[in-house]
Amino acid sequence: MAKILDEPRYVCALGGSQTVQAIHRAVPVFHSGQGCAARVSGDGSGTGYLATNTFPCSNIGETEVVFGGEGKLRDVIANALKVIDGDLFVVMSGCTTEIIGDNLEQVVGEFRDAEKPVISVSTPGFKGTNYEGHEWVVDAIIRQYLTRLPKGEKIKGLVNIWGPVPSHDPYWLGDLRELENLVRELGLTPNIIFGEHRGISNLNKVPLAEFNLLVSPWIGLGNVELLKELFGTPYLHYPTLPVGAHESSAFLRAVAAFAHIDPDFVEPIIAKHEEEYYYYIERSVSVFFENRTASKMFSTVTSAAQALAVSKFLINDFGLMPNTQYITENVPPEHQERIAEYFRKFNYGIEAEVVFSTDGYLIHRQIEEEYYAGPPLIVGSIFEKQIVKKLAGNFLCISTPFQQKVVLHSSYVGYHGGLKFLEDLYTGVYQTYN
Amino acid sequence: MSIDVKSKLCGSRETRIGSITGYSGTLHDIGQQLSCSGCPEEKKRCFSQAAGCASGCALAQAAEINDVAIVHHGPAGCAAIAQVKPAFDLLANAIGRDRNNFAYTCTDMTEADTVFGAVDGLADVIVETYNRYHPKAIFIGASCVSGVIGEDLEGVIDNVKEVIGDIPIAPIHCEGFKSQIWASGFDATYHAVLKYIVKPPQKKTNKVNIIGFTAGMAWNTRADVIRLLGVLGLEPTFLLAASTVEELEHLSEATASITTCSTLSSYLGVGLETAYGVPFIRSLQPHGVTGYEDLARGLAKVVGKEAEMEAFLQEERNIYLPKIEQIKKSLEGKRAMVAMGPNLGANIARVLQEFGMKMEHLTAWHFDKQYDDGTRPQALQYLIDNSPNDFTYSVNHLQNFEYMNILNTLKPDIFISRHPDSAIWAMKIGIPSYCVYDEYNVFGYKGTLRFGKTLQDLIHNRSFAENLSKHVRLPYTDWWMNQKADAFLVNG
Repeated sequence: MAKILDEPRYVCALGGSQTVQAIHRAVPVFHSGQGCAARVSGDGSGTGYLATNTFPCSNIGETEVVFGGEGKLRDVIANALKVIDGDLFVVMSGCTTEIIGDNLEQVVGEFRDAEKPVISVSTPGFKGTNYEGHEWVVDAIIRQYLTRLPKGEKIKGLVNIWGPVPSHDPYWLGDLRELENLVRELGLTPNIIFGEHRGISNLNKVPLAEFNLLVSPWIGLGNVELLKELFGTPYLHYPTLPVGAHESSAFLRAVAAFAHIDPDFVEPIIAKHEEEYYYYIERSVSVFFENRTASKMFSTVTSAAQALAVSKFLINDFGLMPNTQYITENVPPEHQERIAEYFRKFNYGIEAEVVFSTDGYLIHRQIEEEYYAGPPLIVGSIFEKQIVKKLAGNFLCISTPFQQKVVLHSSYVGYHGGLKFLEDLYTGVYQTYN
Repeated sequence: MSIDVKSKLCGSRETRIGSITGYSGTLHDIGQQLSCSGCPEEKKRCFSQAAGCASGCALAQAAEINDVAIVHHGPAGCAAIAQVKPAFDLLANAIGRDRNNFAYTCTDMTEADTVFGAVDGLADVIVETYNRYHPKAIFIGASCVSGVIGEDLEGVIDNVKEVIGDIPIAPIHCEGFKSQIWASGFDATYHAVLKYIVKPPQKKTNKVNIIGFTAGMAWNTRADVIRLLGVLGLEPTFLLAASTVEELEHLSEATASITTCSTLSSYLGVGLETAYGVPFIRSLQPHGVTGYEDLARGLAKVVGKEAEMEAFLQEERNIYLPKIEQIKKSLEGKRAMVAMGPNLGANIARVLQEFGMKMEHLTAWHFDKQYDDGTRPQALQYLIDNSPNDFTYSVNHLQNFEYMNILNTLKPDIFISRHPDSAIWAMKIGIPSYCVYDEYNVFGYKGTLRFGKTLQDLIHNRSFAENLSKHVRLPYTDWWMNQKADAFLVNG
């Protein structure tokens, strides 16, 4: 069987630049070909304080391939420090400069005493995906930047939150904000380094947190382990991005237990949320269950994080049944069995088959074969749109490539996120008979 | 100078026709240098920002063809171009064509592949792609990695020919590092089309090859194009958007080739003319009144129907010119800066001057002093010969820090650009801007009127740009904004 990437849903490790870009006033500096930056920008991450076409880049050409590109990189870093108004410069290598053997660390090392911190990370496209690139970028920031900060006292109640990957997942920022809101309700102080008005000041607080909270099935595990090793910060690994009441309440209880927060404080918060949530659900219940075209069984075709979040919501909260779940971000083998295990622990002993595949064609053929007892519900990327149309099913686009909606700050996470998910899902169902 | 459609590589624009990516001067200076020494002296940059690469242009163009497969031989990130698929599916559907045989796959090269090579894997992916989708032709897209490690893409063809039979299998040599000019990617794709797909003519048809970016879907310009050609008894073949391999095979039989952008099209236009004698109309492009009429008359001359065309143009002039005159009154004297590819920029600058606006600065992403037949780009020459004022001209390679510096100094009434994520940057400093995304934006009298009205409105209601500029700041230091914009251009 050919090693074929058909309908790519991820980009290469240089896509970790989106993680740098998501830290306000941090600057990715590419030591790569001139087209790499534009190629790895995810949905909606193209612009902001910086845009991909404002990233300093050595724009490697034939001359550098032959004679080496270190000199050009040196010029680009030196002048980037003069031209770009940034707080942290992260120099990232691409395929070409790695193959020709440019010494990134050595060139970046020459800027150790620069006015602004300059760090490096090896991110050639052939070495991994943008999801891994995200983890490598955070790793480099921890090792090369955070360890150089003056030591400080831990701040009581301060919690670093990690998980959603900027900016590849269209809802990443709204998801992070919603996690922030949930954690804040427990009386804790959330600390997230990504998005508006955070940036370096939040980054500098990372070593001072009481604990790290990782909300992700696998991405970021290496980072929270490293933070534990270097700063002695314990971490809670909570694999499920919580969507809807059932999962949000479970999330609040788990975080509260880890932080030794009194259940008597937490339960009234949960009760209030659930009361509000089910008020809205009750009012719309007929739309969900009294029609001819809604689905009863579903598959997801997306990243492990999104697949788990959506499956938990649709099964444990909303009472649907799973068919195969397709996990598409090229998950490294060492994480696969643990992730599959998460899909065997739904309510009532319900289990879902998991297929790890980067082959959209085979995924679609299997979806065609499977029995959904009516119109299938497929939650995935725009690549699923055609097959759903062919099967007269229901479709919700939640992951890259997205191209279906403009997402500014909305999210499917939390209590409100669950309602939003149902709004979007049943808007599609509703339109099939109106 | 000519094009050899049989050669393995077409080469970059730098090596073939002496194109450049760095220059700072004025329109008249360029005109003078072109007439004396041949080309403005190229400058290099000792600071640069990420631009765009040839493979993006090459493979996004190839992906517009409805029934081909593209097998991208590179790491996953390169294949992000595959995400154009849904949009082209919609386009094809809209004009009643299907793309069921289209595919965009990737070999997803790994570290081991960079050491041991991966042509065997490539052959497997080509065969698998064929078996899944049965495309009418397969393009093998090169990447920097496949180029640097020296993969033999031509060698793969023989290995897979036996298995998948007699469809064209065409490598596109669009390795990103081989050219600083992304438009070299257009040439690489057109070279593959000319070499592997176009067949020698069997007969002459009434088709006109329209070499452009889109198929004229915006504002239903498609209907306007069809009507214009209809006057001459001709029919359009829109290229490459939503085209088919069968259409491409017959490009050599067309009455003529025309284009909405000669930066894009010159290699194919000149190639078809050199190899098969299809006349390539060397007019201005059909933007604005002068450009539209120049193209229409150029095409009419080929078929000897000048009188019919004049009658048609007069009919349209009667409808639109009085309205365009009205718009001119409010645009007169307004100051503009334009940043685009070299050809469209020169065309748009001319249109603005037709409106009586004052060109303050023209930025070209790269600069072609000539095309493959040795001719000067017509729109540039027209501007040099006819511009009422000299103005500053830069060759910019999509360097945001340079054109933001220029914008901040000039503070024009409007900034007009054509590249994703460029127009919005002017708004960040409160300058109204417009992205001429679609090539048919200013097509004909009708488009010219629409464009003029849009500019009038943008200059009038500046609310969004003003509001935005109060709440964001540029990622550039004050030091940089106080330097000369060409401070980092050095002699190459």
